[in-house]
Amino acid sequence: MTNPHLIPQIEDIAQPFWDGCRGGELRLQRCVDTQRLMFPPRPRSPWGKRQVPEWVTVSGRGTIWSFVVPHPPLLEPFSTAAPYNVIVVALDEDPTIRLVGNLVADRDGSINAIDPNTIVIGEPVCIVFETINDEISMPRWVRA
Amino acid sequence: MLKASSLKASSLKDAAAIVGIAETPFAKRLDGSERSLAADVIIRACADAGIDPSEIDGLSCYTMETSDETDIAKTVGTGDLTFFAQVNYGGGAGPGCVGLLAMAIATGQCNVGVAWRSRKRGSGQRPWADAANPMRTPSMWSRPWGLLRPADEIAMLWRRYMHEYGGTRDHLANVALTVRKMANNNPNAMMHNRTLTRDDYMDARWISEPLCLYDNCLETDGALACVLVSADRAKDLAQKPVYVHAAAQGLGQQAHGMINYWSDDPLHGASWTAARRLFANSDFAPADLDVAQIYDAFTPLIPLSLEGYGFCGRGEGAAFTDNGNIDLGGTLPINTSGGGLSEAYVHGFNLINEGVRQLRGTSYNQVDGAQSALVTAGECVPTSALILRN
Repeated sequence: MTNPHLIPQIEDIAQPFWDGCRGGELRLQRCVDTQRLMFPPRPRSPWGKRQVPEWVTVSGRGTIWSFVVPHPPLLEPFSTAAPYNVIVVALDEDPTIRLVGNLVADRDGSINAIDPNTIVIGEPVCIVFETINDEISMPRWVRA
Repeated sequence: MLKASSLKASSLKDAAAIVGIAETPFAKRLDGSERSLAADVIIRACADAGIDPSEIDGLSCYTMETSDETDIAKTVGTGDLTFFAQVNYGGGAGPGCVGLLAMAIATGQCNVGVAWRSRKRGSGQRPWADAANPMRTPSMWSRPWGLLRPADEIAMLWRRYMHEYGGTRDHLANVALTVRKMANNNPNAMMHNRTLTRDDYMDARWISEPLCLYDNCLETDGALACVLVSADRAKDLAQKPVYVHAAAQGLGQQAHGMINYWSDDPLHGASWTAARRLFANSDFAPADLDVAQIYDAFTPLIPLSLEGYGFCGRGEGAAFTDNGNIDLGGTLPINTSGGGLSEAYVHGFNLINEGVRQLRGTSYNQVDGAQSALVTAGECVPTSALILRN
């Protein structure tokens, strides 16, 4: 990742998510009353008594819900990487929690290394974390 | 709940009418600033109505508009304004702006209202290409992984739709080819002289698989405006009045701008929310409508909107485009000026003006005897819609 503008800026509300990534685990908010997982992070649960949610660690396992293969015009570093894949993963714990990511061969794998013609909706994946800098480890996905 | 809403809506239904419209030429590059183009079309829309701009006392525009109310007032020479409001969410705003003016006129907040959109998207920057755009929710949860552009975001939904419902590239080609034919009959359309075949479509370069070039709208410099007055006043003006029969906005409780993957059901978008309110307040059911102008920044928005607004069942929107069903002579002719895909992409405002032309009987692709029209804003963003009638 060479373009600093495309590295996530950490909002305060999302700090525990990125702390989790740095430590190699996927953390999400959960509604205290209903036990429903929540994403993206927010200050209150919209359900139950609308309390401040708690942060929990989830398995980091899911299935591919959909995917695209972007082609130029794009921005760097993606122009150079194109065509590459972007996937949406539905989590095993709650398939309505869907994370945007990339399918890679291993933790430090390139986002354009997997042949997109082999990607199948529904295939199982699990999370890996690529270290970008001291603050950011990017969650990506490998085939389970 | 429906009874209460019907009661409130009785003050909006047919209470105001669109009596003037205007637009600039549409081109990849126009001279003049967005502000000067806005002033030009507002003055010409007033002329079309036979109303002096000094009578304008209400304005409504998109939050993304660069020409604000103070610019317009002192440039166009309006009267003092007693109503002004903006609607958020880019291509979700257009019909919402008209709806606000209809409400304002119906409730006595202003007498002559103007809505407009002026945008140099053809020669200016693509919003997604602004790398310095602050990465907040929701974009911080998508852009860092290379899901950069609206085209990528909609392609993701369409791939899922293909998987769940069997939509194909041929369905999207139905949309692209139908609206291109409309544009070929419209001398004001950017694609007036450019025909499109199914082979052209299938051979086109990818933008974001499964979407190709012709699944994407045009990039246009242009501006449009429309003028509203009360139904009583409309009877005495230059043009045949086109009444705002119903207006609604829609923002699903779990909406996140264009990225709706985090809602329970991402293929159940804002159109469903807007449609519920729109038709609750309308004397027309979906099947009664003669023509529809449906926001088409991307071809998949057509099948998704057809489902959302109730022209077919869930998962049936793709097949609805078969057999000339959305063409002139079909069940529901759509985007008769060429829409955003082939006339001009000005955040959907050209769909409003074309809805008005259909009900005046002056479209280049006139639906015989059209008496009612749907005009929508973008599916997949917080949206809005109108039912117009003559």
